[in-house]
Amino acid sequence: MALDDTKKTRDFKVVGTRPDRPDGIDKVTGRARFGADMVAPGMLTGRILRSPHAHARIVKIDASKAEALSGVKAVVTRADFGEVPEDVADVLDNCMAGDKALYDGHAVAAVAASSPAVARKALKLIEVEYEVLPHVTDVDAAIKPDAPVLHEGRQQETVPEGLSQNVIARSEFGHGDIEAGLKQADRVVERTYRTAATHQGYIEPHACLATMGADGRADLWVCTQGHYMVRNTCAAILGMEQGQLRVTASEIGGGFGGKTVVFLEPVALMLAKKAGRPVKMVMSRSEVLRATGPTSSTSIDVKIGMTKDGKITAGFAELRYQGGAYPGSPVDMGAMSGFAPYDLENVKTVGWDVVTNRPKAAAYRAPGAPMAAFAIESAIDEAAKAFGLDPLEVRLMNGADEGTKASYGPTYPAIGLKATLEAAKSHPHWSAPLGENQGRGVACGFWFNFGGDTCVSLNITPDGTVTVSEGNPDIGGSRASMTMMAAEELGIPYDQVRTIIADTGSLGQNEVTDGSRVTFAVGLATIEAARAAKREMCRRAAMIWGIDDEAVEWEDGAARPAGPNAGKFPPMTLKEIAAIASNTGGPIAGHHEVNAEGAGVSFATHMVDVELDRDTGSTKILRYTVFQDAGKAVHPSYVEGQFQGGAVQGIGWALNEEYIYGEDGILQNAGFLDYRIPVASDLPMIDTVILEIPNPGHPYGVRGVGETSIVPPLAAIANAVSEAAGVRMTQLPMSPPRVLAAVQAKAEG
Amino acid sequence: MRYEAPTRLEEAVSLLAGQDGAHVLAGGTDLLVKLRSEMIEPEMIVDIKRIEGMRDIAAEDGGWRIGAAVSGAEMGEHAGLVADWPGVVEAAGLIGSTQVQGRATLAGNLCNASPAADSVPAMVAAGATVRIAGPNGTRDMDVIDVPHGPGKTALERGEFIASVWLPARGARASDAYLRFIPRTEMDIAVVGCGISLSLDEGDRVTAARVSLGAVGPKVMLVEDAAQAIIGRVLDEAALSDLAAACSAAATPIDDKRGTIDFRKHVSGVLARRAAVIAAKRAKGETA
Repeated sequence: MALDDTKKTRDFKVVGTRPDRPDGIDKVTGRARFGADMVAPGMLTGRILRSPHAHARIVKIDASKAEALSGVKAVVTRADFGEVPEDVADVLDNCMAGDKALYDGHAVAAVAASSPAVARKALKLIEVEYEVLPHVTDVDAAIKPDAPVLHEGRQQETVPEGLSQNVIARSEFGHGDIEAGLKQADRVVERTYRTAATHQGYIEPHACLATMGADGRADLWVCTQGHYMVRNTCAAILGMEQGQLRVTASEIGGGFGGKTVVFLEPVALMLAKKAGRPVKMVMSRSEVLRATGPTSSTSIDVKIGMTKDGKITAGFAELRYQGGAYPGSPVDMGAMSGFAPYDLENVKTVGWDVVTNRPKAAAYRAPGAPMAAFAIESAIDEAAKAFGLDPLEVRLMNGADEGTKASYGPTYPAIGLKATLEAAKSHPHWSAPLGENQGRGVACGFWFNFGGDTCVSLNITPDGTVTVSEGNPDIGGSRASMTMMAAEELGIPYDQVRTIIADTGSLGQNEVTDGSRVTFAVGLATIEAARAAKREMCRRAAMIWGIDDEAVEWEDGAARPAGPNAGKFPPMTLKEIAAIASNTGGPIAGHHEVNAEGAGVSFATHMVDVELDRDTGSTKILRYTVFQDAGKAVHPSYVEGQFQGGAVQGIGWALNEEYIYGEDGILQNAGFLDYRIPVASDLPMIDTVILEIPNPGHPYGVRGVGETSIVPPLAAIANAVSEAAGVRMTQLPMSPPRVLAAVQAKAEG
Repeated sequence: MRYEAPTRLEEAVSLLAGQDGAHVLAGGTDLLVKLRSEMIEPEMIVDIKRIEGMRDIAAEDGGWRIGAAVSGAEMGEHAGLVADWPGVVEAAGLIGSTQVQGRATLAGNLCNASPAADSVPAMVAAGATVRIAGPNGTRDMDVIDVPHGPGKTALERGEFIASVWLPARGARASDAYLRFIPRTEMDIAVVGCGISLSLDEGDRVTAARVSLGAVGPKVMLVEDAAQAIIGRVLDEAALSDLAAACSAAATPIDDKRGTIDFRKHVSGVLARRAAVIAAKRAKGETA
């Protein structure tokens, strides 16, 4: 759907303001109901028994003692699930192991019991006989031909011979001639970079409540980013019709991509089915870290050629991402996005999807992109600094613009990369002086943004209030932005509209809340639903006035005769039309269904100052500024929050967060003590600059903003730390021991 | 699980002595976490907060006796304690968050027997003792003798720590505690260092105790480090010797929190920094 023609003159009344968030009162008073807050009569506690081994054949499971324990109502193992469609086979295997446990924490059995204490006791009574197998958790080790193999026969034909079966797929993107480009360079930077696996780190653990009647109809209350996905996936696994499973999304305490898949839900439904009672399951933090989706750890080779005046003549990257125990790491997204900010004649990326004995990677905010940006933006920085060039100027010189053929194929429409770079260049942060042991880094980032299946219903009540029903859990302020867009379009106050997240029985299919799609796609559908309602209200007014439908227009919240020839009638407000709707044809509603296209890509530039404690290797973030294109910021406070949140998660990823596995393949830090997310005192206020380069694909020009903000920080911080340390840091996290060792090695020469 | 909240010391002792798997509850900042994470399944919890004296800070023999249920926040608000033992107070103040500070206690931190406990190196440097209540009455013990290794203490069945005593603080004397953590708060020490020292009028160190945490199975008192500065003004050479002695004394392991090399090096860095702070305080300068 195209940007409104009126864009240049459009004077927004609601969009662009900062009203109170609609979920604020509920969240601060505790009234908001999260995944674990739902109860049902006769409810049982469901718990999962998890593998203590990184890789083991499950020889036998004897649950007879657990089943005999008083209070135990059901025990479920893989044997309870039948054959399932191929597209959900790995999902089921991840929720409940089949022949093999593939990682530390992999579910092998589950119980439903009358209390948590009984459930805990029952788990201890389940006897699992394992044949422990050799394991591999490191991506580079897993590629080697002699590495322990997780799956036989899953390797795709794109993979050349001589590599382990763990290498599932190879992908390639780009254009031009790398060798020719490198020959034109005055300098070639060639390095290998490594990043650790990090977790999304949402505060709310996974939780759900499943009920299933004797008639086979089921209801599921669940904390998720996509209850339609939960419905479809669980129905396929349980062999149900989708319409017989109604899923309601709870309030959600963070997702960041990690709640776009199922973990507990099919198991809870199976337990409820077997027990004939409602079953609630809530993960502990340790279960969240051991068994839900972190993102990939990676190993990336980069080769960049640059002329002495800063022109990038060739860009090459080979990216190896381990995606945990099943195929599907986000390596393609990394390979597609890494060079996307640049207009390059010669560019090529090769991606390798590798499986290891770790939990299956789930989406994490711009999945795959931050690691690629870390490697490529570090190499560009190093090349620029080697020539004494300004890193912002080098990026401007090579930056993509409208008409650039992107490294991953398409040709860009209007984009905002250079606007973010120009804003960075003219910001006082860029010219502020630095002190001793301090360094400044910049980096750019790109994210695709998505659209997808979307269905919105907008209903007008008899008293003229408006309810918007949408099907996407609100993880970033979408209820506020939908309310604002509906109010804008209808010409009524923000407070006259309420937006709810409807269950799966109430709307058509909705894609998951991912890909920064919701404010764009659901917003677009909300605007169209409001327009449909306006057309209907104009029709009702025309009927009352006895004039043609076309002779009525909607303006400032009321139907009005369009022009002098339509007749002289006083305007009819939305409330007035609503009040007599029953007499003019019945209730008034608008709805819109679409597979939304035209999600505009989004770019950002980040700038960060750090200070290094040279005696301990500790890095302090002194100042941080985010410059990002939002297309049109519907609710600027939420947009700023998204910019800040991405930067903060990036700071954690860059400095301290990492999955640490022992030699035994067991996760060493399955808790928030030793999995170190930044705390408030670690951070300065993150400054934000919102750029608005309208997205041609949205009526108001909106672009998704949620993910791009995590793409540049890893590189920006690495560039800053490298400058402060006087040594190039190529491995994340830049934890104090690693930085201290680098500083000492440099000092020893 | 039984919950008991006796009001007399003897009653608490007899409850603890009479029940296998009985745990003491003071602040509960370790106990409740272990309960919730299912690390322990106690038969009985004995809450000692209602016993007389458990929540008091009292002057005794020129020093301070601190009840086992006194929280870090209460210590931080006690002017006399802060003036005499700022290092111990700041160490206790590093435990957990603001919320945890309202509950966490010195005695609990000690009995948790973590080598990384923040208040323990500070108490060891201070030469603190504890008073233990038990079936055979009370006995006193040096703090350094309480931990026997990770999770293990010298306490016997039925015994619990009733109070901590910090000795009299002389003139021109003070203490400091520093820890290294990868974040800025809400974290566990990768290395901790406590230093208590006295200076003469010429700023020469007349007495010193130096302790290290998180670099061995127990908090250690580093005699060589104290000897490296006793009799000297804390100039660059003395501080370098102090740092070297601490780095040499540290016996850390490689683990998820840090490498051996890192921890040995940082032991010296923290000792040097803590000594400077303690000396400034001893001279009455702000530090």
